[in-house]
Amino acid sequence: MDLSYFFDHLDDIWSLSLEHLRISLSALLIAMPIALVVSIVGVWWRPSRQLVLWIVGALYTVPSLAMLAFLIPSQGLGLRPTLILLVMYAQVFLVRNTITALTEVDASTLEAARGLGMTPFQVLRRVWLPLAMPVMLAGVRIAMITIIGLAILGGWVNAGGLGELLFSGINTNNPPKVLAGLIAIVLLALGTDLILRLLESLTPVSRARRAARG
Amino acid sequence: MMAARVTAGAAFILIAGTGSIIATGKHMTPPTAGSAISIRGLTKRYPGATKPAVDAVDLEISPGEFIVLLGPSGCGKTTLLKMINRIYEPTSGSITIDGVNVQSLNAPDLRRHIGYVIQQSGLFPHMKVAANVGVVPNLLKWDAQRTRQRVEELLDLVGLPAENYANRYPAQLSGGEQQRVGLARALAAEPPTMLMDEPFGALDAITRTRLQDELIRIHGQISQTVLFVTHDIEEAVRLADRIVIMRDGRIVQVDTPLAIFSAPADRFVSDLIGANDILRRLSLMPASIAMEPLNGLPPEADMTIASEAFLREALAKLVESGRPYLTVTDDRGEAIGTLSMMSIQRAAAPPESSDVT
Repeated sequence: MDLSYFFDHLDDIWSLSLEHLRISLSALLIAMPIALVVSIVGVWWRPSRQLVLWIVGALYTVPSLAMLAFLIPSQGLGLRPTLILLVMYAQVFLVRNTITALTEVDASTLEAARGLGMTPFQVLRRVWLPLAMPVMLAGVRIAMITIIGLAILGGWVNAGGLGELLFSGINTNNPPKVLAGLIAIVLLALGTDLILRLLESLTPVSRARRAARG
Repeated sequence: MMAARVTAGAAFILIAGTGSIIATGKHMTPPTAGSAISIRGLTKRYPGATKPAVDAVDLEISPGEFIVLLGPSGCGKTTLLKMINRIYEPTSGSITIDGVNVQSLNAPDLRRHIGYVIQQSGLFPHMKVAANVGVVPNLLKWDAQRTRQRVEELLDLVGLPAENYANRYPAQLSGGEQQRVGLARALAAEPPTMLMDEPFGALDAITRTRLQDELIRIHGQISQTVLFVTHDIEEAVRLADRIVIMRDGRIVQVDTPLAIFSAPADRFVSDLIGANDILRRLSLMPASIAMEPLNGLPPEADMTIASEAFLREALAKLVESGRPYLTVTDDRGEAIGTLSMMSIQRAAAPPESSDVT
């Protein structure tokens, strides 16, 4: 294992990592509100649920490289096609988990909320979403890890990020460079996973569970 | 959204004018009486069902009455209950509370002034006990100080001292404690009407009896109008001013427990209350049903029985002690009547109408 490139170019790797994280976060922030709306439709209007799940699942089965190639003629190179790709592929995890999370909240708890006089919006904000939050956040975590992995493809269309390191390493036959990119990607993914798990443990439901365990 | 709010505002003015389904929330003292509820021709037909779940029901409920809706599962008692706070909307017919048709009110506003307790407590697992009890005051935008005070008051009322319970989560409580919190939550904004859907159904027998006693005590203090759904006859007899017996969406009989025991309306009712099984009757009829007035006799205080205790227990005490009679006492322990073997026999003999089909 030749780590020389990694340690010699820490500054470059750091800035590429930040760029990678910025692309990934942008994709996640665009993907989440879309997924929330789609999920709420799927939950409230029962007949649409299977269709919604099928569509987001079908999108995911298209090979990512092929999808990106397909997007280039209409979207050009750079950030745009990359973000579209990432937002599309994140949907399956976000929507599936959000729908599961929302439908698994105990119906009698929701009826109690309604029976006490909460408006539909208050039920959603004060009871339904908080109770669904841990499972929804698990979806966000898996989606984000997937996005970080897929964002490597951005290096292929000049969107920047750690993909640049990997692709130029391959093109110039420079294994230490590829290894450096790989290490950076893994560290980025692990760090993100850790932070999002921490966030999950801070939800009111997780707190209540910890308290109940004593 | 805006339109709904404006409508609600108009409705409140209307209520203030007609006088009071809804406490204005300006005073801390509980209302002296509950709401009068009038149900006319109430029908609920679920989509796709051949028979209506509730079928042209009429019922008049006086302020402060404790009404128990009793019947086998599927008889429509829960559907009837849940139309009062508009969890379900009726197919036809009307419900008025203190003269105001519930359909004319904004549903969330209506519900904030009707206490609601369900079987599995329905507590919010992600909120601490204090937050759960404070839900309705919070919706009514009480200030934090007043809400906190009220929460402490209520937790004391249901026997869960705030200093030990306010900061716990529902999962840290026993089933009985959870139902007490559910009760406190329903009582929070001093609702003149309480709806209770088999609230003690999932509890063990001892806890259930204890909570029934608490509920009787609380109702004695606050005297809201209560509608309580159960399929447990013993529970109905213990709690009810009047029992509403339902079958197939219709009301079969509405009367006091005593009147239902002495004259069941039909075979269904007499089977339900076990009219032909003497021991069963004895274990369902409270001492107050069979007791005779004091007649100036100085009661022998050493052998007493509580007026809400069942005749089976009274009979056992009579047989065991060999005394001619027991002294019946009220909840303050004062003598209010006597009970002899003869009076038990008279009360428990199968009523004639039990043979009618």
